Amino acid sequence: MKMSEKEEEEVRIGVFVCSCGSNIGGLIDVKDVAEYAKSLPNVVFTEDNLYTCSETGLAQIKKGVTEHNLNRVVVASCTPRTHEPLFRECIKDVGLNEYLFQFVNIRDQCTWVHMKYPKEALEKAKEVIRMGVAKAVKLEALENIVVDATPTAMVIGGGVSGITAALSLANQGFETHLVEKDNQLGGKLNILNKLFPTGQDATELLESLKERVKNNSNLTVYTSARITNIEGFVGNYEVEIQQNSKTSNLSIGVIIVAVGASLLTPTGKFGYDGKKRITQYELEEKLKNVNVNANDIVMIQCVGARNDERKYCSNVCCMSALKNALLLKEKNPNANITILFRDLYTPGTHYEEYYRRAREAGVIFLSYKLEKEPIVEENTIKVYNEYIGEEISVPYDLLVLSTPLIANDDNKELAQMLKVPLEENKFFLEAHVKLRPMDFATDGVFICGAAKWPVDITESITQGYAAAGRASTIISHDTIEVEGATSFLPEYNKDLCTGCEVCISVCPYKAISKNEDDEIEITQVLCKGCGVCGATCTNHAIIIRHFTDEQILSEIYAFGGS
Amino acid sequence: MAKNSKSALIIGAGIAGIQAALDLGDMGIKVYLIEKNPVIGGKMAQLDKTFPTLDCSICILAPKLSECYRHPNINLYTLSEVSNVEGTIGNFTVEIFKRARYVKEEACTNCGDCASICPVRGVPNYFDANLKNMAAAYIPFPSAVPPVHIIDKNSCVYLNYGICGLCANNCGAEAIDFSQKDETFKIENVGCIIVAPGYGLLEDVSPLTRYGYGKYRNVVTALEFERLICASGPLEGHLKRLSDGNEPKKLAFLQCIGSRSDRDRKYCSSICCMYTTKAAMIAYEHNNDLESYVFYIDMRAGGKGFQNFLRRGADEYEIKYIKSKISHIEVDEDESPIITYEDYDTSEIKQMKVDFAILATCIIPSPGIEKLADVLGIELNEYKFIKTDPFLPVETSVEGIFTCGCAREPMDIPRSVAEASGAAARAAEVIKGG
Repeated sequence: MKMSEKEEEEVRIGVFVCSCGSNIGGLIDVKDVAEYAKSLPNVVFTEDNLYTCSETGLAQIKKGVTEHNLNRVVVASCTPRTHEPLFRECIKDVGLNEYLFQFVNIRDQCTWVHMKYPKEALEKAKEVIRMGVAKAVKLEALENIVVDATPTAMVIGGGVSGITAALSLANQGFETHLVEKDNQLGGKLNILNKLFPTGQDATELLESLKERVKNNSNLTVYTSARITNIEGFVGNYEVEIQQNSKTSNLSIGVIIVAVGASLLTPTGKFGYDGKKRITQYELEEKLKNVNVNANDIVMIQCVGARNDERKYCSNVCCMSALKNALLLKEKNPNANITILFRDLYTPGTHYEEYYRRAREAGVIFLSYKLEKEPIVEENTIKVYNEYIGEEISVPYDLLVLSTPLIANDDNKELAQMLKVPLEENKFFLEAHVKLRPMDFATDGVFICGAAKWPVDITESITQGYAAAGRASTIISHDTIEVEGATSFLPEYNKDLCTGCEVCISVCPYKAISKNEDDEIEITQVLCKGCGVCGATCTNHAIIIRHFTDEQILSEIYAFGGS
Repeated sequence: MAKNSKSALIIGAGIAGIQAALDLGDMGIKVYLIEKNPVIGGKMAQLDKTFPTLDCSICILAPKLSECYRHPNINLYTLSEVSNVEGTIGNFTVEIFKRARYVKEEACTNCGDCASICPVRGVPNYFDANLKNMAAAYIPFPSAVPPVHIIDKNSCVYLNYGICGLCANNCGAEAIDFSQKDETFKIENVGCIIVAPGYGLLEDVSPLTRYGYGKYRNVVTALEFERLICASGPLEGHLKRLSDGNEPKKLAFLQCIGSRSDRDRKYCSSICCMYTTKAAMIAYEHNNDLESYVFYIDMRAGGKGFQNFLRRGADEYEIKYIKSKISHIEVDEDESPIITYEDYDTSEIKQMKVDFAILATCIIPSPGIEKLADVLGIELNEYKFIKTDPFLPVETSVEGIFTCGCAREPMDIPRSVAEASGAAARAAEVIKGG
């Protein structure tokens, strides 16, 4: 290739110093800086521009490369955060490898932060350019890493969230596999009666979903199925599924975790016996299947939640309680229903309205505090209400305990298989709570529904779609391309590796593993080039491309020298 | 590169619109992203930090802003609004009204030389909740996207009186263009539309004035407070009373302002319990002697890590939570707010004098939502949020038009982001699935 020949030649660096209007040029003399850069080793051309990033500035870079046969470009300007891609693209246009570009930040790190010290800012600008030039000498051409991606998806868990995700992907045209450990689809929809806030029948919703699943030719369902092995990485997973005696092996591009959550049985709490004192879910089943013959009903919220043992709020229980209270009132308007709560959780438009409706229907709400939990006796409950300042006795013939959704017991096993983390309550932990709610840090694996955190049906549906949307960004393409600045263990360094596995434990992206020969292997497409492995490798066996020890040391030496 | 002949059009470039655009763009679908403000990022760009991770808001948002700007499949139109829509699912034709910026987007290098020479100085910056002034040539915040200045039509001397033009003379890039006109154009072959105009702020309406807002200088809204404690805000993060510049020692946060009330809006605004705790934490980080009192009805913290966040607030940041109902606010001779409230725990009427009071104002529907709904033909609910079905959460009443984020209900950032990806998936079903 012509370019690689050119890169073999002597290093010829061009330095372009930007004035950034008056942001840099207003404080320091950019001509002086450019003149100084000319004195640095291997620099054959320098220029100052009013705006290096403008069309004119970019044209000047291209002209410089062609006319002076440059094979490295240094731009000293604002910040790589916003402008590095632009300059890389620019030198690529004129035939240079994009990694032969070095950014030097003389605006944010010189003229902005030292705006009261122009002389020192000028000196610092020269120093950082000297360092940048020294690194540029050592830069190597790199290629982006490209791997093929299989355009198929697997959704683990056939509850409402998983079904939604699978249907969306199948509707987008992807071959999708939906794996459910139970013998039927539906998850919690199978036990729920009516759904808040509309009173929609859970069975009806489930039947319509099942119908859509059945009619979708892109969708394959595996019930009573267990995932026994997952190998590979984004775009290239090999999955083994066991169904009774049948084994299926699938090539999968992306995986969505939608395993839902479990119900808590409050054994030993508030006299729970499953008969007169039941959970909200047991009430749900009763309302669905049999008549509830009770006139004095008391519900206690936050049973086993928002306390020291289980700190979190389960999100859905207040609404479940309100819904069932309203249903009971509908059937028997004379029923006395009291809800003992701590903070009533009905956020948003529809839910707050629901709370209002329950109060209008005559449901009594009494708050209690964690420090003074209600005391359950045979036929009455004693609760201290701080507003009245007294203990109140409420008679009951049915006590309903609102218990939280808890993480599934087998989450850990699945998490290990997928190399994804769990949080302190053993729910799955996403890549970033705020801005990457459906992603895992490991590329190619996504999360939705109550497997991540207790959520209601509406939110489970939303998240099902959302995970499908995120997964689709990967399998919409035949290949996956990532930056060439990754970490790697070169053949010639293999004997330096002691196999200590520290790199495996520190890699945030699970890109490092050991192969069958017990050798460290870095999956290039998963690596983000963060450099943690290289920094922790005790024997310097791992090299970070574009940030090699040699490149960084050259900058440090240049800083120390003059 | 875009692989599908049909495109998607997204209205609103806050965090929800941005996420939907990025997802669709990454799927290889061509996206038109329409934003009525001069820059993108919406309310999230204005926040100091975000709960429950206390990440710097703009720091985590900025990469998404520039990604949106550079994405080969995303066409960004700022200062633009949808003025008409024709057609149906799979084939909409959308008319866009784009206001003049008076700066050539492709030429401007965002150096700020126009702003530094502009003789007009008193233009309130909406981004800083109007607490800081700027020039008539401006960019609302330094890392704004697109990284292009704008000239404020109402206060520019040249545009109003035909004299001045200092900015044009000072612009080395020759980017100032006073001849620009507002324009209308059409985008055809739009497969589906995602409506994400976000939310509005409660301002100068009865629930606020009832608590002394606008009358007392030491009573501010939560978003104003957010700017006041932000290191890049008008006070550079050093909180001061607006009446006398003294450092406050005692803060009161008043919850459910304008919401959960028969007098005002009946709904719960969902995010205020958490943003208040966050704001009190940040204020404490600036000054460890600060005492914060939160007057609340129900503490609503159901999201991931939220209960832990509240515990941290109480334990590490010494925030005191008072279950109560606020009656009213008055001030003493120092303009220090005095809160009259009913303490739920003792059922007594009490008063507390503080140095500064912050009103947790509720999320209200985006201004202009009725007009937009009319143009799109979509239904709104009784509160004027976009109407959706709980079991079809991102669908509007019109087939092929989806919605996400606070346009349909008050919600926090993670939920907005999730809904955006969900709306993107539904849009992709239409565009790819045919």
